[in-house]
Amino acid sequence: MSGHTVPADFSEHMLDLDEDEDLEVFTKNTSLPDGSPLPNSPSSMVNQYRLEDDDEGKEDANTKDIFVTVDHPESQVTAIETFILYRVVTRTTRSDFDSSEYEVRRRYQDFVWLRSKLEEKHPTLIVHPLPEKFVMKGMVERFNDDFIETRRRALHRFLNKISEHPILSYSQHFQVFLTAQDLAPHRKQGPGFLSRMGETVRAVANSVRGLRSRPEEFAVMQEYVDDFSNKMCCMDKVSQRIIKEQREYVDDLKQYSPTYARWGELEEELTEPLKGVASCVVQCSKEAEEHIQHLSEVLVPALHEYVLCAETLKAVMRRRDNIQAEFEAKNEALLTRKAEQEAQLQEEVDVLADRMEQANNSLKGDWVRWQHSMKTDLRSAFISAAEKNVEYYEKCLAVWESFLVSQRAEAGGGQEDVA
Amino acid sequence: MDDRAAMEICVAEAEKRSGKNAVSMQETFTVYLIETRPMDAVAEGHNPAPDCLWRRYSEFELLRNYLIVTYPYIVVPPLPEKRAEFVWHKLSADNMDPDFVERRRVGLENFLLRVASHPVLCNDKILCYFLTEEHGWKEAVYETGFQAKADSRLRALSATFRVRNPDKCFMEMKHYSDELQSHTSQLLRARARVADRLYGVFKVHGNYGRVFSEWSAIEKEMGDGLQSAGHHMDAYAASIDDILEEEEHYADQLKEYLFYAEALRAVCRKHELTQFELEMASQDLISKKQQREELATGIVRTFSFKGMTNKLFGQEAPEQREARLKLLEDLIAEGEETVKEKTIERHVEKAWVDIQRFKEQKDKDLREALINYAVMQISMCKKGIQVWSNAKECFLKM
Repeated sequence: MSGHTVPADFSEHMLDLDEDEDLEVFTKNTSLPDGSPLPNSPSSMVNQYRLEDDDEGKEDANTKDIFVTVDHPESQVTAIETFILYRVVTRTTRSDFDSSEYEVRRRYQDFVWLRSKLEEKHPTLIVHPLPEKFVMKGMVERFNDDFIETRRRALHRFLNKISEHPILSYSQHFQVFLTAQDLAPHRKQGPGFLSRMGETVRAVANSVRGLRSRPEEFAVMQEYVDDFSNKMCCMDKVSQRIIKEQREYVDDLKQYSPTYARWGELEEELTEPLKGVASCVVQCSKEAEEHIQHLSEVLVPALHEYVLCAETLKAVMRRRDNIQAEFEAKNEALLTRKAEQEAQLQEEVDVLADRMEQANNSLKGDWVRWQHSMKTDLRSAFISAAEKNVEYYEKCLAVWESFLVSQRAEAGGGQEDVA
Repeated sequence: MDDRAAMEICVAEAEKRSGKNAVSMQETFTVYLIETRPMDAVAEGHNPAPDCLWRRYSEFELLRNYLIVTYPYIVVPPLPEKRAEFVWHKLSADNMDPDFVERRRVGLENFLLRVASHPVLCNDKILCYFLTEEHGWKEAVYETGFQAKADSRLRALSATFRVRNPDKCFMEMKHYSDELQSHTSQLLRARARVADRLYGVFKVHGNYGRVFSEWSAIEKEMGDGLQSAGHHMDAYAASIDDILEEEEHYADQLKEYLFYAEALRAVCRKHELTQFELEMASQDLISKKQQREELATGIVRTFSFKGMTNKLFGQEAPEQREARLKLLEDLIAEGEETVKEKTIERHVEKAWVDIQRFKEQKDKDLREALINYAVMQISMCKKGIQVWSNAKECFLKM
């Protein structure tokens, strides 16, 4: 219908208040009546992304005007609970921010709030996932240092993904999240629980009715999403298995090297080479431990993130389907109308048609952006993993070569050249 | 190879045979082809066809048992293991497994080469027949009567005995052999576990190969890169088989010295036994000489029943005394022979010479083995660098 893409705001369809009015205090510019910012940057950016999809998905570092970091996790103890607060620092030159630097403290629940707001407002945009609430393995405590660090990194990535998103980074909720010293007043209001209820009810109703037919490109997308999700789960599992096997390997290496050392103590002529081998094995096991560390910190989190992304994609596809289903339902009602209902039904159908078109276009645009981003991220993680493997083998090679050199130097005195 | 060996020896092949065993039961066993050529003919550049015959493992065992009994002061080279031990999970423990048979073939050849190049053992006739007479060899071995010696030796060694004047050097050497056995077996066990783990690490990467391949099918831009990276992951996973196969040869080198430690211990134990027998024989000789003195002089120094009865019931007749003296003289003469024999039998010098020879050989061989191990590790690292550099290239092209 209209083909012009505007960041969709469906808050009017929600049951409760539109909280955006509260945000006006923090914005310098005038906004459109429905609370969304002036459409100069976001939509033009979206159009840019839709047309230029062969720039290798690289973010133009030059045009990046907002930098966010998440660090300094600190434990907070209250009477009722203990939780971690993270420091979120923002540096920006954007004019819609009052200041160029902000520092706030946020807890995990605040991030969850932000993400749900973004998803509500943009149901068919691909909002980067958050790290999981709990780790299913059961071995990791919530406040274990490794867990906190892993989560901190994931939260950092989350905010950076949002800040790099052409539409989401201009979200009012995002700005509030980055700037408000106290988020509580903003969190209390707004659609939240009830709107989610409403959405679920509609979703169930729609699934009962079913979708007449999915447009070809979304059918293809759905298939891809299902396959991609499978592959990511496999990759995640395989990587974790590799780490497990490597850990056991290192443990056994630690039992292995002393057998050489102990034997060396028994011998005379052989003491030196035996201790040499023992030392080589020890050094190699240290390198292997470092390698495991790297895999755990770089490759596994990256893969895991995309397992979660796959779930996000599935949710986005579902929401898009629901929007289409709602339109189809209303359209059918229109066809079986009674004369007096016609005008009103027609209006409703038009609104839903528009909404559907916007939803589809948003998704199409964001899909391309997401694919680039995925390729960049995973490519970089794989390259890093491959490099680390090479480095590991290079270091071990050096260890054994220096042992050889020492042995041949020993032998060099009386023997022929053992080249 | 020692050029004192008259022949060039090689264990060329292995074959499966079927036949009836000692209790007329059908069995399958492996035979090994031994090829020999006179050394001088080879040195002169001729290329004569080798003499060859087939032997099975039990015949090698028979040869070795003969050598141990016949040369108790020599550290006799060991045979490759009878059954696969220190096995890591993928490695077969089956004696019929072709890899095991191949490693055994190498081990048997090594055994023959060591024996044939030993300064003492190389001259043994039975060894010569083993290499040249396919039939009739077994009869010749049994004819030497070594079996009886082997049995009595086994009995004697399994009894407990205490030596009054142990030779310090031999005791230390025995202690060393125990320690050597302990350390090498610990090392072999630990190595097998490490091999198992490493196998697991490499093989799991094969899963990457599969997933990359499947994933590449659904991607447009990334497809080619993923597909080729997947191939490298498959290659990586496959490479561990050869790596660990090579390492088995290193393990075999260590095993040889694990078994050598046993042979060394046997020499020390035999020395100990002979020392004990010598002490017993010397003791016996002394007491017999004392008896003779008493009989000759009539002075009783020590308590004896005969002495008591003489005192109580009167002296015996002179003819009886003469007879007893004569008997004693004979026994003393025998006893002195025994002591002489036992003194020589200890073979202190010969044993010590061979132990020194063994020590030098061990130091040289094991140092080489450790160097080989390092070379293997280096080769594995180079392969790893290659594979992952290739994989990185694929990812860069994505």
